[in-house]
Amino acid sequence: MTASRSALLVLADGRFPAGGHAHSGGAEAAVKAGRIRDAAGLEAFCRGRLHTTGLTSAGLAAGAALGLDPYELDAAADARTPSPALRTAARRLGRQLIRAARAAWPGPELDALAAAFPRGAHQPVVLGVTARAAGLGPEDAAHCSAYETVGGPATAVVRLLGLDPYQATGVLARLAPEIDEVAARATAAARGGVGALPAASAPLLDITAEQHAAWPVRLFAS
Amino acid sequence: MSLRATARIAADADGSLPVLTSDGPLALRRTRAAVPGWTRVTVVGAMSAPLGGDRLAIETEVRDGARLRVDSAAATLALPGRSPEPAAYELRLRVGGDAVLRWLPEQLVSAHGSDLRVRTDVDLAPTARLVLREEQVLGRHGEPPGTLVSRLAVRRAGAPLLDQELAYGPGASGGWDGAAVLGGHRATGQLLVVDPAYEGAPPTARPLGESAALTPLAGPAVLVTAVAPDALALRRILDAALDELAPE
Amino acid sequence: MHLDHGHTHHGAVSADAHRPDGTRRALRIGLGGPVGSGKTATVAALCRLLRDTLSLAVVTNDIYTREDAEFLLREAVLPPERIQAVETGACPHTAIRDDISANLEAVEELEDTVGPLDLILVESGGDNLTATFSRGLVDAQIFVIDVAGGDDIPRKGGPGVTTADLLVVNKTDLAPHVGSDLGRMARDAAEQRGDLPVAFTSLRSEEGVGPVADWVRERLAAWTAAPVPAA
Repeated sequence: MTASRSALLVLADGRFPAGGHAHSGGAEAAVKAGRIRDAAGLEAFCRGRLHTTGLTSAGLAAGAALGLDPYELDAAADARTPSPALRTAARRLGRQLIRAARAAWPGPELDALAAAFPRGAHQPVVLGVTARAAGLGPEDAAHCSAYETVGGPATAVVRLLGLDPYQATGVLARLAPEIDEVAARATAAARGGVGALPAASAPLLDITAEQHAAWPVRLFAS
Repeated sequence: MSLRATARIAADADGSLPVLTSDGPLALRRTRAAVPGWTRVTVVGAMSAPLGGDRLAIETEVRDGARLRVDSAAATLALPGRSPEPAAYELRLRVGGDAVLRWLPEQLVSAHGSDLRVRTDVDLAPTARLVLREEQVLGRHGEPPGTLVSRLAVRRAGAPLLDQELAYGPGASGGWDGAAVLGGHRATGQLLVVDPAYEGAPPTARPLGESAALTPLAGPAVLVTAVAPDALALRRILDAALDELAPE
Repeated sequence: MHLDHGHTHHGAVSADAHRPDGTRRALRIGLGGPVGSGKTATVAALCRLLRDTLSLAVVTNDIYTREDAEFLLREAVLPPERIQAVETGACPHTAIRDDISANLEAVEELEDTVGPLDLILVESGGDNLTATFSRGLVDAQIFVIDVAGGDDIPRKGGPGVTTADLLVVNKTDLAPHVGSDLGRMARDAAEQRGDLPVAFTSLRSEEGVGPVADWVRERLAAWTAAPVPAA
């Protein structure tokens, strides 16, 4: 099957109804801690997230798109996600994504994944299986996952700081070559199987995810 | 000249050390354990290694029923070498049934200009217990850091329990010092406690002050992750966590 | 181990009237309206009036997470396991209209955890006059405005006022104090809404929410009487 560029646009569209809009990817905690104050802070945050969580997620997504065992991928995702708040968010988003995916590209593989993980599989795993169902390849899944890891925080910071949306979009555009590079690395790694997947992690994202989850009042779910 | 060295430790349940092999800069000594029933090994000689191009490894086997503590006499300092190749430091730890390993080395300091890849592979039997501390200090006092990439992969009964890679310094991918990763902190570390007793009632996740968090993993284990301005502040956080989770 | 591909599973389509076991799911009614018009108070009053005869639950969509949910918990209108808060990332209208996945998760989780329900009230965070619920999320929606917000709101229209299945004009007891003309509001609403109903309420007394509760009961009777559509 030839990968459809338009199917990738549908899947990567911020309006794809899979719950991402309620998650800041750690940006809400970073804004509150004063670590993101402007476009430069957002860019450093997004770049760090892209090369850590982004690379790891993109590897899982590419692996799932290649048809690696979803159970093994999900266990690999658990081992790469020490924060229970982030594991919960990832499974919740996985469940929200599979709902949209099954409506958009119905098929037996997504049905089987939904049945196997009633509480939700990790979102990047679902994303990879969704890419398969949409006729997309592992590079597409990796791109989509890597882009999401920076697109979400950028949108959130526009809302949280009232940051100029042109500046936020400029940040994403400047990161584009690195997103390509991360997607390529993730895909190459995934071709080596689950054991070869990247495990890049970010201490502050793990630490602040638990702080954020303990706040009584917050705008974003994570 | 870059060097290759592999030191080996094996501990038995009767308190003996059937294998205790020093190699090159990795000098191992049996030292007096503070707690009866435990065996203790101290790494005494790794102070100014590894240099660029060096390949060092420590293999440790804690056999069924053994109780072993491994620590080090001083911090490990990664320094630039004559070789443009990065240095490699590999730790391979196997912990058998009903065995316990407390792996509590001093800090790893990434000096300016150094380039080190650390890989820690831990294989745990289902009934094994583990206490493992890792601390990375980016640069000696007042200097910019070298490049440090550290992978920690822990398997329990063959299944992945924790798999993380940290990368800092000029050779790392971008953003490592930004708000998502270190946010300007110069010391970071983890304390991992694996205990089958957590299977029933794992501790609940909670922030530990502003720059650390205690997180139960998906398996019977707890990870404390911390960032701090310096090695001393980092040790204070991890010591408090060690006292709470796994006092000696 | 690979997933078997033969399995089918219900629930892929959001507006599906079935639970996974094939039985009819709860009727879902959305409540929207501007900030301060009394949505949460209306939900609380409905819960008190209906909880003895119906099995019900509430999903809140706060701007600041959990505020409305916590009000309902404090007021003890329902046991805590029957109240779920959805986080909306500062955009409650997105969560009830453009991307309803988190709300669908919440309503399904409520049915799974507290057992079969007759009715789920989905409350939107206070938003502007254009916020309406997706038909994929709710079966009917109530739009709550109040007299203190100005008696020209019905005349101004907007999707909430014009298309909601029930328009509630709340705080009628304040009308004399804020100079709002209830007759004018009723006439303007009728002009905007045609045959769609309007209820005037004051929640100062327990029975104040009565007209809304009656409308909910009618909707529920119709929902229960309708044949279960083929899956």
